Amino acid sequence: MSEERITIPLHEVAHGRAGDKGNRLNISLIPYRAEAWPLLAEQVTAERVHDLFRHRGATGVVRHDLPLLHAFNFVIDDVLEGGVNTALNLDGHGKTQSFRLLALTVRMPRRYVHPNSPYAKTEPEGATA
Amino acid sequence: MQAAEEIVAVDAGLFLVGNGAGFSGDRVDAPVPVVRTLRARGLPAALFFEVLGERTVALAQLERQRDPERGYEPMLERLLEPVLADCIEGGIRIIGNFGGANPEGAARCIARLANRQGLAGTRIAFVEGDDVRHLMAADDLEVYEADAGIDVADGALVAANAYLDATPLVEALRMGADVVVTGRTGDPSLVVAPVVHHFGWDQDDWTRLAAATTAGHLLECGAQLAGGVFFDPGYKDVPDPANIGFPIAEIGADGSLLVTKADDTGGAVDLRSVKEQLLYEVHDPAAYVTPDLVLDMTGIELDQEGPDRVRVRGMRGAPRPARLKVTASFEGGFLGEGEVSVAGPNALARARAAVDVLRRRIAMRGLQVRLRIDLIGVDSVHDSDDGALARAFAGNEPHDIRIRLAAAGADADTVDQAAREVLALLCCGPAGTGGARWRTTRRIVTRSYLVDRAAIEAKVHCAAARELAN
Repeated sequence: MSEERITIPLHEVAHGRAGDKGNRLNISLIPYRAEAWPLLAEQVTAERVHDLFRHRGATGVVRHDLPLLHAFNFVIDDVLEGGVNTALNLDGHGKTQSFRLLALTVRMPRRYVHPNSPYAKTEPEGATA
Repeated sequence: MQAAEEIVAVDAGLFLVGNGAGFSGDRVDAPVPVVRTLRARGLPAALFFEVLGERTVALAQLERQRDPERGYEPMLERLLEPVLADCIEGGIRIIGNFGGANPEGAARCIARLANRQGLAGTRIAFVEGDDVRHLMAADDLEVYEADAGIDVADGALVAANAYLDATPLVEALRMGADVVVTGRTGDPSLVVAPVVHHFGWDQDDWTRLAAATTAGHLLECGAQLAGGVFFDPGYKDVPDPANIGFPIAEIGADGSLLVTKADDTGGAVDLRSVKEQLLYEVHDPAAYVTPDLVLDMTGIELDQEGPDRVRVRGMRGAPRPARLKVTASFEGGFLGEGEVSVAGPNALARARAAVDVLRRRIAMRGLQVRLRIDLIGVDSVHDSDDGALARAFAGNEPHDIRIRLAAAGADADTVDQAAREVLALLCCGPAGTGGARWRTTRRIVTRSYLVDRAAIEAKVHCAAARELAN
């Protein structure tokens, strides 16, 4: 029998950091609990991440898997509206974009959730099981 | 007894490298606890500073055009003044890319500082040769792949600098330099150089060089390894984030690597912070290209060996690339920015009305600019230039919104007139509009190329402070 899963933002199970080079952005994604890595691999696909950045003109996303570190590295092309020197965006480096990724929803067993998360113990209002 | 012997055996072959700055603009008081820690350990050590972002050299080049003596790291004296004497006394070599567009000018500045501190015998080296503007006329230059989409239009060339490898820095250390100043250099090379010099490793010993390169990559952004750009209250807390300790690498003669941070400081070095920084600004983790080697991170494993002490194992190196990256900067026109606030009842509707007015004004006056208007507090940094996310916003009514206009174009006056439309809202805008700011700045556009290593020639100069300062 499979374990019950809850729908939550990635931020409740994982962390990450964004960096730029030219017009290319990379975002790391790292689960708090290593056991969550295979489920993230299933659910946080390059295609879903591409969808998060289509409004910015992203032309492609490659996901590099790092199973030994239990991490992922997403490389997102042409998403910085020209890069730090050309963009009109206040955040031309795209450093805040890690938290756009961390807002993506995933379905996870509750035991993978960060212990301080409101989702860790009880079902908060508005969450769907 | 056995444990003590083990520690002695391990420590015998260690070299420490501390980081004193991760970018131009970093905390100027950060190097002090790093140097204090390096000295307390009593092991051979070096201190490095990484202060050159992609555009920094171009901005420095513009500054040098205004004043030929300047064009180097503006915080140079503030960074070195509190630690120089301690480093000289402790035999801690200092390596930094604070040369910007004028490594010789930076070396003279350090020489004056050393003389003032009674350290006139300090040997200061500077590296030249990263400036490759003369190579940029070639029409067969290959554009670095991530920059293919960047349009430099017909902007005049401001700067072109190659990322030099560790070789000239090692040469400077062999000449007996206490302080080595460089301009554009591969960031990890600032760590590779003192490590290679200390252990006498061959510069094609890819396995051990991979350890030094990994150390450089992890440390080059300073606090980012130790809790900076990391703390997220409740999820990733770190102690005393106002006093994050800058990082230190312990590198062994066998190519072992452990990362830690300055003693008695805030922040944290743990598996989470090390993983985030390991992948920072990385594309393919199997092939992270540096001037000294191509680093493969896919075999890396981490162990928390103690509080704020993380062992890094399994990095591999492949031979250095045949071509070096050159970042060229061009004049990129002007950026005008204007901001104004609304708050309280009906703030979102008033902010949206202000946006409509601004768009109509720019169109009515025929101001030819590339335009973007953000609603800060609704959706801004994640949004696109056309404001798709802010338009679709269906959340709770924000209490406080800042309207920000950005306009870019080739003509300074046109851009400035667009930005001033925000100022005009103080009397012509929606009810309760206030707190206007505007400014127009020159823009620099960068684009990177790949250039044959053989075309780039670095030169090293070394002299005592008493000679250089004159």
